[in-house]
Amino acid sequence: MKHWGAFASILAKDMRTYYLKPPNVSWGLVFPLAWTGMFFVRSGANPSELRSLLPGVMTLAVLFGTTSLLAVAITFEKKSRSFERLLLAPVPLSLLMFAKTAGAILFGVLNAFVPVLLAAFFINLSGTNWPALLAGVILTAVSSAFLGLLVAVSVAEVFEAQTISNFFRFPMVFLCGLFFPLERLPAWLRPLSYALPPTYGADIMHQAIGRPGFLPLWLELLILIAFCLVLFVASLRTINRRWIA
Amino acid sequence: MLDAPAAVLTRGLVKRFGEVLAVDGLDLEVRAGELFGLLGPNGAGKTTTINLLTGLARPDRGEFSIAGLDCTRRPRSAQHLIGVVPDESNLYPELTGFDNLSFCASLHGIPRRERAARATKLLSEFGLAEAAGRKFAGYSKGMKRKLTIAAGIIHHPSVLFLDEPTTGIDVQSARHIRQLIADLHRAGTSILLTTHYIEEAERLCGRVAFIVSGRIVRTDTVAALLEPVRERQLLELTVSTNPGAAIELLSRAFGEARFTAVDDSRIRAESSAPLPVGPLVRALEEQGIEVIEARRVRPTLEEVFVATTGLEATALRTEKEKK
Repeated sequence: MKHWGAFASILAKDMRTYYLKPPNVSWGLVFPLAWTGMFFVRSGANPSELRSLLPGVMTLAVLFGTTSLLAVAITFEKKSRSFERLLLAPVPLSLLMFAKTAGAILFGVLNAFVPVLLAAFFINLSGTNWPALLAGVILTAVSSAFLGLLVAVSVAEVFEAQTISNFFRFPMVFLCGLFFPLERLPAWLRPLSYALPPTYGADIMHQAIGRPGFLPLWLELLILIAFCLVLFVASLRTINRRWIA
Repeated sequence: MLDAPAAVLTRGLVKRFGEVLAVDGLDLEVRAGELFGLLGPNGAGKTTTINLLTGLARPDRGEFSIAGLDCTRRPRSAQHLIGVVPDESNLYPELTGFDNLSFCASLHGIPRRERAARATKLLSEFGLAEAAGRKFAGYSKGMKRKLTIAAGIIHHPSVLFLDEPTTGIDVQSARHIRQLIADLHRAGTSILLTTHYIEEAERLCGRVAFIVSGRIVRTDTVAALLEPVRERQLLELTVSTNPGAAIELLSRAFGEARFTAVDDSRIRAESSAPLPVGPLVRALEEQGIEVIEARRVRPTLEEVFVATTGLEATALRTEKEKK
């Protein structure tokens, strides 16, 4: 119970401190919002096209929102050595890191629903499987946050974290079936798509709004949970190896 | 009644960073309730030692315990017992002084209402009450240092690690911080203090260890360390010219004493027998060397440190302060 007080404090501090930091605003808010606007304008408010675009822009908003916030929240504190305060606290490392990612997960989830709100003005969203949509958004946010965590704990500067994140964020936009189906990718690229968590997140969201998916919903949820665990354990190991060396 | 376990106990602690042996077989004991000083130059391994003992680094070899808790295999297992004040003030720049303290208290599981009470009390004790609502980023260096110490003790640790607490801050703040450290010690906190200020170690600590190149070269009480130099007679003369000629002259005239240059204008005279000031000054003035000041100097731990380690304390101090 004591530890959860620390968890809540870390989460509240990160939300207060980092949500409006310039690197997060530009990469985590403005960039996905601009893409959303661009796609919505291009669709000409065509309901069928808007519906097909929605899971893609939601995944994009989650991916950029979570990874950008972690790039800021971890590397700033590592550089100023205030992260040592957390490592000196009598709180298990796994809970500390979960607390550090919780702000990013929440940011990613909130970010994901901005396109939904905008879309609600143009299309009828009734018939959406909301629990599945929410589960898809949350698991995409958690796996993206842990991916961002892995990058953030491996570098020293905010710009390094943002740059390295871009190496996988931009290819993911095209490889994960965000804006066109995986079947349209060359066959040799598809295995790479299946190795990326947002592929499953986007597909869950497609299914949630009544579009066909390439795997059963339950299986995609399980795969995303497995991705989350692997990425989290890899991040903890990196911290143990590099930061408590 | 059983003796309380040592606040800090290390046996053969070794830490290597690539080719650099930062800590080389460190044996150290800080007794319960003791204010223990780890005195050494920049790069001697003081901060690495603190990092090892507080779970921020892992030893390559050796064993250590904190307040009787064996931390060798699980370096973070004594986090609930310790407080740490690092060599750099590392609180959160965007948070206010009050919020920083409350946040640090929350990390140690202190309930919300208690956090506010402790933060308010500490801010008042550290003379920061008026700055409680200001962001940490806007604090002066001395204020930052004080708040960092307050953050290190808000959870009432039984063992406190203070890494260079007064480095790089103004004289008044340094004096206040020393007073606060002495008060903490009086209140029963075991303290391991690292410093490169010899006079700080001498004034505050019960026992002192000299650390050089990751090894402890000597450990004892300040009184015992000073014993060999206590009877030495020291005199410092400030002259108007380069001290070289004056030293030559004095060495010829007063063979029983040893004369050395302290800097461009000061000479130190050292002898086992009392040194009369008048004849020394007259001897110089007769040769046209004006003596601006002559004063007796109390032998300090600096003499012992220099004699034990072979290092020039002044040069090392300057190097650190440039950082």
